[in-house]
Amino acid sequence: MVESTVHATHAVVTLDVALPGIIWGWMITLNMWAKSIGTGVILVGAFLLYRHKKDEMPNLRWTMPLISFIFLNIFLLFTLTDLHQPYRMVNIFLHPHWTSAITVGAWMASLFTALVTVLMVIGYFDAHPNVRKNCALANAARANSSLYEKLFPFVVFLAIPVTLYTAIIMAESSARELWQAPAEVMQMMWAALLAGSAALILVSGKWSAEARKDLALVLAIATFFSFLMYMGEYFFSFKSSEAEATLAYVHAGGAYNTEFWFGMVLGFIVPFFIAVGNMKSDNKTLLRFAAILALVGLYMAKDVWLKIPQMLPLS
Amino acid sequence: MKLGFLVDLNLCMGCKGCEVACKVENEVPLSSWRLRVKYIDIGTFPDAKREFTPLRCNHCENAPCERICPVSALHYLENGIVNVDSSRCIGCAGCMMACPYGAIYMDPETNTADKCTYCAHRIESGMMPACVVICPVQANIFGDLDDDTSHISQYIMAHQGAVQVRKPEKHTNPKHFYVGGGTQTLDPLAQQRIEGYSLFNNITHLDHIGDPNHGVIDRFLAPFESHEKLDNKSFVDFDNHESEGGH
Repeated sequence: MVESTVHATHAVVTLDVALPGIIWGWMITLNMWAKSIGTGVILVGAFLLYRHKKDEMPNLRWTMPLISFIFLNIFLLFTLTDLHQPYRMVNIFLHPHWTSAITVGAWMASLFTALVTVLMVIGYFDAHPNVRKNCALANAARANSSLYEKLFPFVVFLAIPVTLYTAIIMAESSARELWQAPAEVMQMMWAALLAGSAALILVSGKWSAEARKDLALVLAIATFFSFLMYMGEYFFSFKSSEAEATLAYVHAGGAYNTEFWFGMVLGFIVPFFIAVGNMKSDNKTLLRFAAILALVGLYMAKDVWLKIPQMLPLS
Repeated sequence: MKLGFLVDLNLCMGCKGCEVACKVENEVPLSSWRLRVKYIDIGTFPDAKREFTPLRCNHCENAPCERICPVSALHYLENGIVNVDSSRCIGCAGCMMACPYGAIYMDPETNTADKCTYCAHRIESGMMPACVVICPVQANIFGDLDDDTSHISQYIMAHQGAVQVRKPEKHTNPKHFYVGGGTQTLDPLAQQRIEGYSLFNNITHLDHIGDPNHGVIDRFLAPFESHEKLDNKSFVDFDNHESEGGH
């Protein structure tokens, strides 16, 4: 009977225009994921430099800004390519609107990338004294080596708002209620620590076991709290009808349910146990495997969280 | 001056005249809309009825689209209209993510955000919006909310207790009101979109945002592409006689 398929108190849309589908797609997922690595390596790198002597991590001084530089540029590239008018990106600098977290974020991220570039150049030429001996840039970088240590605290400080401003963009995207959660800010920070530790694990082959143990500790804590955050959202979803309707795409099975649980298990649960195990006995290969899983899982979790709120009709 | 809209859903008969007038007045491209009339069937046979809900930008006093726009392409006019400067828009779609009413679209011809402007260009010339002029039953009521003697102010006063806005919980303070609406007509989550129930149109979701023919690379190349100059002859002198069978 029709009343069993169409609830008598509900309404059925019988004529409407075609609605937009997913507006912010995989490029924005990649953008957020790459930024997590770009800022995360600086935050985790600063933690390592605070805890250990530089000799224990011989290449950290230049690999940290290099990794950050690469992923910040991936982030900036996909920010640009996602624009429908990419050449007008310059308007953010010529006609900035300061109530927009997109504007504030673009300015901060640009400054952050510029500073990381300086660190990378100084760090690389310092670590490789025989490279480009006659190059003016290389010599200038070597001559101003002390600038690295002066800039670094400011870069670490700037990495925090650059990590977090995306959560403010999400908060300003007031049509998508799932993103209007304070947990979003903490999620961005945990994602950066997770991605930063995972990326540094991949280049930590020649570091001391103690430094690697600290990386495993950061990875374990970040995966644990990231998982808790997502579980909190998953189970406390009934705070509003919109959030509930959004999370139905995860609760009720389907492609997003699969992607979500793959992200949770591969990205958070498995790396957590490997990282905890690695704190007892150092196993570089297994820890690298955990790092790769964490990065893949983080991408999947972010992808689901970005897309499902866009599935709901807004009007 | 604070311009506002009120739609009396008791009067609307779903003729879509306003939708068509808006399309023509503002040259809104195919697959896009500034104003649309949604048909909603409520109840079960034989106690069923069809409701019509015109939907357009709410010109919120606290507009999330204006707040998130990184370049002020979305901005307030002195009369309260939330206007769009498409020449400044960078096409980030932040406004589309912020508008709780889904009223903003990415124009497929300009690849910039666009929406209802309450026909700001007509108002500047002392005319009413096209949708108001065309409405055969005067269901669209437009005017100055700051003026107690305006038609819209008096209509609101006469229907106190029955005037609604969409999603008041969003604190956007919309300047678009409805009389005769209910949860089933104004709340999209109270409506079902069931496959096969749609009249005339089986496309439920667009498979593109903005220009369907412009991929990511094309967006970068677009400013350097040369366009053939068009004149009247271009439209009548077809070069496809062979493929059309020589007619």
